[in-house]
Amino acid sequence: MFKNLNKTLVGISLISVSLISAAEARDQIRIVGSSTVFPFSTAVAEEFGRSTSFKTPVVESTGSGGGFKLFCSGVGEATPDITNASRAIKSSEIDLCAKNGVKDIVEITVGYDGIVLANSKEAKLMNFRLQDIWLALAKDVVVDGKIVPNPYKTWNEINPSLPNNKIEVLGPPPTSGTRDAFAELALEGGCKTFPEIEAIKAQDENRYTALCHTIREDGAYIEAGENDNLIVGKLQANPNAVGVFGYSFLEENSDVIQGSIVEGSAPTFENIADKVYKVSRSLFFYVKKAHVGVIPGIKEYLSEFLSDKAMGDFGYLAEKGLIPLTSEELEKVRVTAENLTPLKK
Amino acid sequence: MTDTSDNDQAITRVIWHSDEQKNRLKSRYRKEKIFKFFAVSSLAAAMAALVVVLGSIIITGSSGFIETRIEMDIFLDKAVLGDLPTDDRQEYEKQVAGANINRILVSSLQREFPDVTKRSDVFELLRLFSVGAQTDIRDVILKDPSVIGKTIPINLLASSNVDMLIKGNISRDVAENDRKISDQQIAWIDKLNNDGKVTQGFNWSFFVSGDSREPELAGIWSATIGSFLTLLVTFLIAFPIGVGSAIYLEEFAPKNRITDLIEININNLAAVPSIIFGLLGLAIFINYINLPRSAPLVGGLTLALMTLPTIIITARAALKAVPPSIKEAAIGLGASHMQTVFHHVLPLSMPGILTGSIIGMAQALGETAPLIMIGMVAFIVDTPGSIMEASTALPVQVYLWADSPERGFLEKTSAAIMVLLAFLIIMNGLAIWLRQKFEKKW
Repeated sequence: MFKNLNKTLVGISLISVSLISAAEARDQIRIVGSSTVFPFSTAVAEEFGRSTSFKTPVVESTGSGGGFKLFCSGVGEATPDITNASRAIKSSEIDLCAKNGVKDIVEITVGYDGIVLANSKEAKLMNFRLQDIWLALAKDVVVDGKIVPNPYKTWNEINPSLPNNKIEVLGPPPTSGTRDAFAELALEGGCKTFPEIEAIKAQDENRYTALCHTIREDGAYIEAGENDNLIVGKLQANPNAVGVFGYSFLEENSDVIQGSIVEGSAPTFENIADKVYKVSRSLFFYVKKAHVGVIPGIKEYLSEFLSDKAMGDFGYLAEKGLIPLTSEELEKVRVTAENLTPLKK
Repeated sequence: MTDTSDNDQAITRVIWHSDEQKNRLKSRYRKEKIFKFFAVSSLAAAMAALVVVLGSIIITGSSGFIETRIEMDIFLDKAVLGDLPTDDRQEYEKQVAGANINRILVSSLQREFPDVTKRSDVFELLRLFSVGAQTDIRDVILKDPSVIGKTIPINLLASSNVDMLIKGNISRDVAENDRKISDQQIAWIDKLNNDGKVTQGFNWSFFVSGDSREPELAGIWSATIGSFLTLLVTFLIAFPIGVGSAIYLEEFAPKNRITDLIEININNLAAVPSIIFGLLGLAIFINYINLPRSAPLVGGLTLALMTLPTIIITARAALKAVPPSIKEAAIGLGASHMQTVFHHVLPLSMPGILTGSIIGMAQALGETAPLIMIGMVAFIVDTPGSIMEASTALPVQVYLWADSPERGFLEKTSAAIMVLLAFLIIMNGLAIWLRQKFEKKW
């Protein structure tokens, strides 16, 4: 038996050796970055692989920050060609890129994403002002002109028109880009309406950011992990809870959950596209110009992404929940993509 | 307890049928019963948890193996397809691949539903079908060139939304705006259903296709191959090194402080969280040796680091279980130390070593955390052809689908979990079989 075993082992090793082909030049686009852009980027990648003779690009979901780190690590086959981001590139990241020889970066805006607050269809539709959101979720809030630890337990303590329910918000953890955007758009948006906070901003910018962005830790805000499907499931089980996630999850599940109204506008496709809905952000991807022409298919991938088939009114990206650019914006972006105009510092 | 030390007599006679003794016996039986009760109830709790987990996976997942198809009469218009060179197979295939199948599908749909004329309505009608429906039509043309110009019924893959509606995962009772499928589309499906055109069948493509963003097209084949290649590398690295280290440590190494230290470290390594190994793999294999990201080679090497301690520990236990009498007999007959180990101890301990290795492999099969760091958690459609090409693994596929917004992925996630569990059961079953077949009892 063991002689046979030896033979099998030798056989397996021979097969595996033959499987190692010599390292060839990379003929496949590599994309990293934001998990918010991931569903759209993968849809384009798949269609690109199906309709062209190029290989289907490999798309990794690393988060916006992680994506820039990889993208800016240098030029060459071992580094990604494109990084997706749910926020614009920071100047520190541009510096990091430049330090590692990544000089020309092309920025492509792909559309918008609304961050929705939603609850179960069995509960009442909520109608928030931005300051309600901050008062409900911030660690320290303004009460009677003084900054005190958040005393609010139920929604109607903040705003009498809201229901008499315990404040229970399920949202993304700090590692998530959605959380950053939520803090910046919803929390800060509500926070800066208070004159007391404005006064602090004039004196101490850091204290202002901390006050506006820090979320309470006494159980009212529950970090539900990166999985938004999980939040949707929990909202169905608990009609008192409110969830925070991207628009595409609301669109897929609009038979069981409803998006709360924020500052008078509901999170609908039209409202986000028209920028009436306040809590929405732009989505981007960044292309390494030095790789265009070296790695095959990058230009073709760009034109697939920006084609009417993908980005148009009936495009498959709209179907996936991407809020597309207006036609003038799209025209501008197409010109940038065509000329590969690099980002100016 | 009866206390004898206070007694004057050296030996007290215990009267076994006294009331005191009977009570004592009763209390002992009672304690045993209570213990048994707790033991049985903890077992029941564990079983109930298992049943709940498996039950929920099977209930949601089993429909993932079913696909919905709609039969349509497709007119394979010569005017659209163009003049296809039927005698030159290669050129024929090339032209069919480039043909405007979408046009053919749309015009056939309009013949079936002549009252649909508005562009947006046509679009809605088209949305009943998957992108894969075009592949279905293409396959028919490729299989038999003589169908061109004729109208033939083709069983087309339905879109995920239709599939969900037929399976009852999209409710008809909610308002039209709140579901992914419109009243008009439901009316069309009901009409087709009444005509007996809508059928459900086994979803073979789930097993033979790669990942996709469309739930109805997504499959586990590329992930399965990725897992296989990764585990192959893991086995080829971890098994020889692990068994070699175990033999040295158990049979040859001197017992001193250094070997003690090594032993403690190996035991500690077995308990290190797997994500740490991922970071190690990223630092060494990708950043330092410059191996390609997302490759099964890197994944396999990383998982090999993770399984090494498990293999060393189980292999040492197996070597230790060989009775010393066998070694002594071999040495007594003049065999060298090495001959004793390789001719007698190792073969006798092989079943145990293999069992341990297979269990270590099964653990590696289910691992995602280390793979995140080395880029194997990615959307990869193409099936890897070698261990240098980008690939994912089965648990990664589960993780990626669980995170997708499309409702159709819910059942696919559970279906993929069922496949993963099946592989794990097979591997563990193999371990048990090997042990029972070859294990010697002394």
